[in-house]
Amino acid sequence: MKSLEEIHKIREEKKKELDLRINTSADTREKHILVCHGTGCTSSKSPQILENFNRIIKEKNIENVRVIKTGCFGLCAKGPIVIIRPEDTFYAGVTPEDCEEIIQTHIVEGNKVERLLAKDIDGTKVNSLDELNFYKKQKRIALKNCGVINPEEIDEYIAFDGYKALEKVLKEMSQDDVVKTISDSGLRGRGGAGFPTGKKWELTKAVEGSQKYVVCNADEGDPGAFMDRSILEGDPHAVLEAMEIAGYTIGANKGFIYVRAEYPIAVKRLKIAIEQARDYGILGENIFGTDFSFDIEIRLGAGAFVCGEETALLESIEGKRGQPRVKPPYPANAGLWGKPTLINNVETYANIAQIILKGAEWYSSIGTETSKGTKVFALGGNVNNIGLVEVPMGTTLREIVFDIGGGIPNGREFKAAQTGGPSGGCIPKENLDVPIDYESLKQIGSMMGSGGLIVMDDTKCMVSLAKFYLQFTVSESCGKCNPCRIGTKRMLEILEKITEGKGEEKDLEKLDKLAKNIIRASVCGLGQTAPNPVLSTMKYFMDEYKEHVLDKKCKTNECKKLAKITINPELCKGCGLCQRNCPVGAIKGEERDVREIDQSICIKCGTCIAKCPFHAIT
Amino acid sequence: MEDNLINLTIDNQNIQVQKGTTILEAARKAGIDIPTLCFLKEINEVGDCRMCIVEVEGRRGFATSCITKAEEGMVVHTNTPAVVEARRVVLDLIVSNHKIDCLKCIRNGNCELQELCKRFNIQDIEFAGEMQSHKIDDLSPSIVRDADKCVLCRRCVSACKKIQKIGAIECINRGFESCISTTGENSLNNVNCTFCGQCIEACPTGALHEKDTTEEVWKKLQDPETTVIVQTAPAVRVALGEEFGMEIGTNVTGKMVTALKRLGFDRVFDTNTGADFTIMEEANEFIERFTANEHIPMITSCSPGWIKFIEMNYPELLPHLSSCKSPHQMFGALIKTYYAKKENIDPKKIYVVSVMPCIAKKFERQREEMQNDGLYDVDNVITTRELARMIKQANIEFTALEDSEFDSPMGEATGAAAIFGTTGGVMEAALRTAGDTLTGEDLPKIDFEQVRGGDGIKRATVNIAGKDIKVVAASGLANAREILEEIKSGKADYQFVEIMACPGGCVMGGGQPIKSSKIRSEVDVRALRANALYSIDEKSTIRKSHENPVVKKIYEEFLQKPGSEIAEKLLHTSYTKREKYNI
Repeated sequence: MKSLEEIHKIREEKKKELDLRINTSADTREKHILVCHGTGCTSSKSPQILENFNRIIKEKNIENVRVIKTGCFGLCAKGPIVIIRPEDTFYAGVTPEDCEEIIQTHIVEGNKVERLLAKDIDGTKVNSLDELNFYKKQKRIALKNCGVINPEEIDEYIAFDGYKALEKVLKEMSQDDVVKTISDSGLRGRGGAGFPTGKKWELTKAVEGSQKYVVCNADEGDPGAFMDRSILEGDPHAVLEAMEIAGYTIGANKGFIYVRAEYPIAVKRLKIAIEQARDYGILGENIFGTDFSFDIEIRLGAGAFVCGEETALLESIEGKRGQPRVKPPYPANAGLWGKPTLINNVETYANIAQIILKGAEWYSSIGTETSKGTKVFALGGNVNNIGLVEVPMGTTLREIVFDIGGGIPNGREFKAAQTGGPSGGCIPKENLDVPIDYESLKQIGSMMGSGGLIVMDDTKCMVSLAKFYLQFTVSESCGKCNPCRIGTKRMLEILEKITEGKGEEKDLEKLDKLAKNIIRASVCGLGQTAPNPVLSTMKYFMDEYKEHVLDKKCKTNECKKLAKITINPELCKGCGLCQRNCPVGAIKGEERDVREIDQSICIKCGTCIAKCPFHAIT
Repeated sequence: MEDNLINLTIDNQNIQVQKGTTILEAARKAGIDIPTLCFLKEINEVGDCRMCIVEVEGRRGFATSCITKAEEGMVVHTNTPAVVEARRVVLDLIVSNHKIDCLKCIRNGNCELQELCKRFNIQDIEFAGEMQSHKIDDLSPSIVRDADKCVLCRRCVSACKKIQKIGAIECINRGFESCISTTGENSLNNVNCTFCGQCIEACPTGALHEKDTTEEVWKKLQDPETTVIVQTAPAVRVALGEEFGMEIGTNVTGKMVTALKRLGFDRVFDTNTGADFTIMEEANEFIERFTANEHIPMITSCSPGWIKFIEMNYPELLPHLSSCKSPHQMFGALIKTYYAKKENIDPKKIYVVSVMPCIAKKFERQREEMQNDGLYDVDNVITTRELARMIKQANIEFTALEDSEFDSPMGEATGAAAIFGTTGGVMEAALRTAGDTLTGEDLPKIDFEQVRGGDGIKRATVNIAGKDIKVVAASGLANAREILEEIKSGKADYQFVEIMACPGGCVMGGGQPIKSSKIRSEVDVRALRANALYSIDEKSTIRKSHENPVVKKIYEEFLQKPGSEIAEKLLHTSYTKREKYNI
């Protein structure tokens, strides 16, 4: 239990101590070696890197060097990442074996390990993080502390103004003040739908009820999305602080964080954070000596995508099968166990403390007319800089993909990007310059979603893409309502038919009719958005659908059943190796003849391609 | 009062309804019949099926009319082209995943999905595709589950979980693989199912139905060597007519007896006579226990679903159960002993068929304890629905039948026995006899209104022979659980408890005619059927079991007195702890 004075003291002392983390000209003889412990780097042995650093430092008896475990730096493609502060040297792709050299060359001798310095896309070596194009256009608010602090040390969070917003709220602001600040900031829900956060808080506050709840939706489920995961892994206290502020505002004394069990690091760090906050009296009874009491519990989700839907999530917390409820009533009126409940997503919460501290005006000065602040995207797919980026609303897709993302690898062309995961849609080349905000994305048939951003190059078949997302929704539909449970299955069956070369023209009409009605008739957001990937690919890439259906062709060759394997007679030497290896006897020809493939027998297994010593088969 | 009314517009009609009314109810009031499938009033109000969607002006997306409350000034459109198309697509999808064997389906003609298809003029399936494929579960003696006909409306799940608080069935798996199943996907026979059959009553299609055993009855009827004796439970006579289009709650006792005779049964007896024996034994048992203050409260034992429930869930309370067999079992035992001897028929050549409103009775009759000298008391149990099917097969025009009387000597029964078929009836009948026995008088107090009516739990204190007796009648297993918890925790101060597994008692048993969701919304089926039983009671000349001359005679000639050694042997049984799961 710490008094407010003690917390102030911790902040003051730690702030000085940690200045070198954010100030390259910090007045210190200390050096901090920051080792990324996000999920990506952890799986690439960053814990072993940390261990090696510590061991070597101890062996060599080096003073004034500390090795710090941090959350994600964002540029996952270059992991494991090691950054040395205060000089901000960025080492990429570090292995446990490199530790010795880094300590010796960098720490002991004061020189940079040239071979490990991160390179930009054009090959130039960069000395510091800020020099990378990847970071130049970013603005980190939600990710502010990620990669800066040790998420397992509450003192480090406190040092960077942690729990200051909570103090301000409890000591200086009325509940209405908080609502007004959040409303004025223009913050909207980052979970996907973009409902104004202030409005949600106001509605939940207004509902009468002796028991209310605050819930954090950390059930991030879009394929390829890891925004919330990184925030929880890198800055868990930011979420706790915001939930407490929310609790104070709406009049709740209990919070639940619903997080996927597949996020073990996030769960572990949340647990540590909750324990530490309880130890300090920041969670519990009479926080900061006020009347306000609040506690938080973690609930683990078993990995059902539908549990990211707020009412299904509530059902799951209650111990029931994760199935959405029909709305209204909304959670604000009847949420957890029928009580008024405020539910926001991780990233939304990650913005709250800073809005309180820096003010609504500051926040609303960032972004576009209707979408304020920043948005975190998990950038993936056919793009050079795979990782986590946070950009002001209104940044164009072109800036994200080409400036931050470093463009498309292997000299390929950009074809489309998928935002909003299985609920979203694809954005084609012609819309690369559309500013990314809630309204613009909706207008072009996609949606903001939670922040997955998958880039596709010209080798990708858009019908297959739609099929991929439909496969996902078919298996993740909860099965409650008919349009989603059966309808998406039927859509998938039609897409399978098309990609197998059995499509008919009327199938395209059927897809359209099903999509339209599934969207209208489904109970929850999952069903209401599941057809989006099909509709948007049909909208922008109808020619590809028609090619599959009418010409039975897939120009990208992704649809294996439409692919045609042929032998180039110019290159074939008639060795017969392909023929001997063909498992179905589809290759004809005798002795030294040029071989031919009987397409009616060929199963497109690719054995012949692999076996041909003359590369004559494609 | 004014404050409780709201005004709204549905399809351009101005309607005034009570606050809290759903759009669906409001529309029905205005003569607009919005289609539904998953909706089952007060049982399954979840909005899953999406058939009842409507457009509400100013609201994004369609509203689910079965659960959306009407609001002041609401403007609702139930039949816009968009709504109609969406509903049609939804119905098409449901049908595309439904095993269509209507012609050989047990629910042919009484299927809500079939009805919807007729209504939507479905002639072809637009979105055909892969269909669900499950094994039929017919291992239990009571219920058959054909998941390929399931439309996942969850009506059965809610009936089991919410009304009965059993939870034997639940939705498992996700997406297209979702289906209603049991723990570990085992047969209902091996899990915590009590065979109450409320799921069957809730099912809109043929996915859940009783195990039809009429074929064996037909065979026996054709066998000249066998004396086939039928007995009918009290609740059957007030529901059977419904299967022939008659009003709910019509007493068709006379027609039923005629039909049974026409079907070729050698004797047509009344289970009500058996019920009078049950009262004799149970009242006697109660007085003994009450006087000795042993295993009080005593709990009734005539509902086999209830018995399976307590054996599985509260074995420690089994000593509280009355040891009386249920009426048809007692009666079966008497037929194969007293009656066989009297008529000089080899009991091995007697085949007793019970017509019951219950599917748990199918399970009960084959319990090990239900035999005497190696012969089962009852050889076959068929439900009200199965009897109706037999009557139809036999070309009998039921509604045109003349009345006839049960065969004697085992066809005479009292009013007390008739009300066995409704919740509180056994209690009331027992109190009539216990009162007279304790006082030695012919008490004028016959009606015990406190234990009548549709409430799930009815507590009362009745004064008999100067003593206050606390009684409670509970129906539905959720209510039963509540009472048992009271007893277990020592909070209960009852002396006599009546429990029926089905909400409302046998009139609402799992073997009774299945009423559509719409009928169940609009009519109190339980009250109509129960009232018919009370009216039989009221019109009876003898309304106390111990005054039944047949009962008196058989005690004199054969059973000696209630609780005698022979009565114990034939009319009483025992119970054992039963595992919920045999898996």
